[in-house]
Amino acid sequence: MTKIKTLADLRKIRDEVQSKIRLRENSDHPEQVVQVKVGMATCGIASGAKETMKYFMDELEQQAIDAVVTQTGCMGYCYAEPTVEITLPGKEPVIFGFVDKEKAEEIIDVYIKRGELIDGVIPLTFRTIDD
Amino acid sequence: MKTISEHVLDIVQNSVRAKATLIEVMVDEDKKNNLYTLSVNDNGEGMSREVLEQAVNPFFTSRTTRKVGLGLPLLKQNAETAGGSFQIQSEPGKGTQVRAVFQLEHLDRPPLGDVWDSWLLILLSNPGIRLIYRHRVGKDSFEIDSQEIREMFEGVSLQHKEVRKALVEMMKNNLVEIKASK
Repeated sequence: MTKIKTLADLRKIRDEVQSKIRLRENSDHPEQVVQVKVGMATCGIASGAKETMKYFMDELEQQAIDAVVTQTGCMGYCYAEPTVEITLPGKEPVIFGFVDKEKAEEIIDVYIKRGELIDGVIPLTFRTIDD
Repeated sequence: MKTISEHVLDIVQNSVRAKATLIEVMVDEDKKNNLYTLSVNDNGEGMSREVLEQAVNPFFTSRTTRKVGLGLPLLKQNAETAGGSFQIQSEPGKGTQVRAVFQLEHLDRPPLGDVWDSWLLILLSNPGIRLIYRHRVGKDSFEIDSQEIREMFEGVSLQHKEVRKALVEMMKNNLVEIKASK
């Protein structure tokens, strides 16, 4: 394969992807997919949140789980970074602390796939993290 | 922070919180004068003089979730440890410019790191923001503008693995081409 260097090279990729995604056109409803928010403020980044987020993106895609992975700010649990908030469809958000790759794997296998809670949940006192 | 890319990821969040719609990240390598400059400019809401004076104080933050704000102080500290300097300018309604200068060859200058991942993560999490990354080494430079990318990928989500991989590869190849320092 030739090296991707210019916009023209990217355009080829777009065309390839475009033909593929027609086949796997899935839900556009955010409330029906798993939402993963990774805490990415100074504290999170310093603790390796970037690797955690990349892992979630790659792994969820790999396992064909419908999910949106985004970043969020500091939730005030700097001691427990990287923190990740998982919202399963129709459920309240749950925040996990100290999420490295191993923990992320456990979260995907046990919580996201089977819906069973695991250790490492940070007790919530509020409903959303947006305010 | 261990790498420039982590600083970028971090500092850009300040711009995002300041409701910026255009963020420019620039790395400028000046081998002749042994300088390595990281600039982050945004068109966000800016800061008043009082807030600006407090911006590099680690015990000041505009957040309410915690009492410290370490993003800018850590960047300033890293720049100064690497024999450089740090400036921040801001005007309410106009935006903010952050500039950290390092000595290029200084042992304590953080390596660039995977700046492509930072760029992509910011982009995917902030669909409304135009994000430009420019890297200059002497006369050679490379620029990637999220607006161009989004226009080109119209209708195709950047979230797709193939697309993400292609974008990362493109940035990596171009940085190698202009001989960006590690």
